[in-house]
Amino acid sequence: MKNNITSLAVGILFAIGLGVSGMTRPEKVFGFLDVFGNWNAALIFVMLGAVIVHFIAFRFIVKRKSPLFSTQWHLPTKKEITWPLIAGSFLFGVGWALAGYCPGPALTSLASFQIRPLIFFVSMLIGMLVFRFLDRRFDIKR
Amino acid sequence: MENFYLPLIGGILIGVAVSLMLYLNGRVTGVSGIIYSAAILPIKGDRVWRWYFIGGMLIGGFILKIFKPDAFTGGLPTEDWTLVIAGLLVGFGTVLGSGCTSGHGVCGTSRLSPRSITATITFILTGVVAVYVFRKLGIFE
Repeated sequence: MKNNITSLAVGILFAIGLGVSGMTRPEKVFGFLDVFGNWNAALIFVMLGAVIVHFIAFRFIVKRKSPLFSTQWHLPTKKEITWPLIAGSFLFGVGWALAGYCPGPALTSLASFQIRPLIFFVSMLIGMLVFRFLDRRFDIKR
Repeated sequence: MENFYLPLIGGILIGVAVSLMLYLNGRVTGVSGIIYSAAILPIKGDRVWRWYFIGGMLIGGFILKIFKPDAFTGGLPTEDWTLVIAGLLVGFGTVLGSGCTSGHGVCGTSRLSPRSITATITFILTGVVAVYVFRKLGIFE
């Protein structure tokens, strides 16, 4: 139960961070990716702020035997660079550029009750369902 | 000034949030993976926290809507079908690629994971080229 409450709290803080940073505004994301046009580098500072904080915090946190409310760490262990990793990131990059939404900001934007984030989000779920379908057929090694 | 201090503050909040997730629950905050495991994969015992996280993000969205309504602009000036294509690509691509801006871009990059650094460079470079190409094609009119 503690894990659920902390997840809820982290979700709230994470969404507010996305909103304050500008990530929920597709024009800002578009401007950030528009390097050869009208480049708006502002979102570099989002990445910079988040990565610097977590880079430092990570080193202290994983020195502990276990997380506060769990008996073990649940961190990814895969190391190999695979084709699905690259192909998936490529497709994600194309979609991100086309709509200006990535999954977190799209989820947060559902709370605005605007139609466009909703269209994007439902399509995203369908894209995930398509993956699930293919994965069951072909057992994709990610 | 204003151009970069809000992105920086927002980024620090994001960094604090994912650090809390690691410190308290020992988990990576990867939104695409959380949505996929919560909504698409068949029921497993360990999924409830993911629904709480999703609920938290929606509550965060409501708080923004009240106190910072300009956080939501409703999207780019494109036709609705582009959102459908974009959503399909992002949904399929993030699961195939094992992560998105949060899981790879923030958490994995901070951990210096080679997979996440590769993924992050790939989706940012692809995004830059794609915006250039879409602009040429006249999609953002």
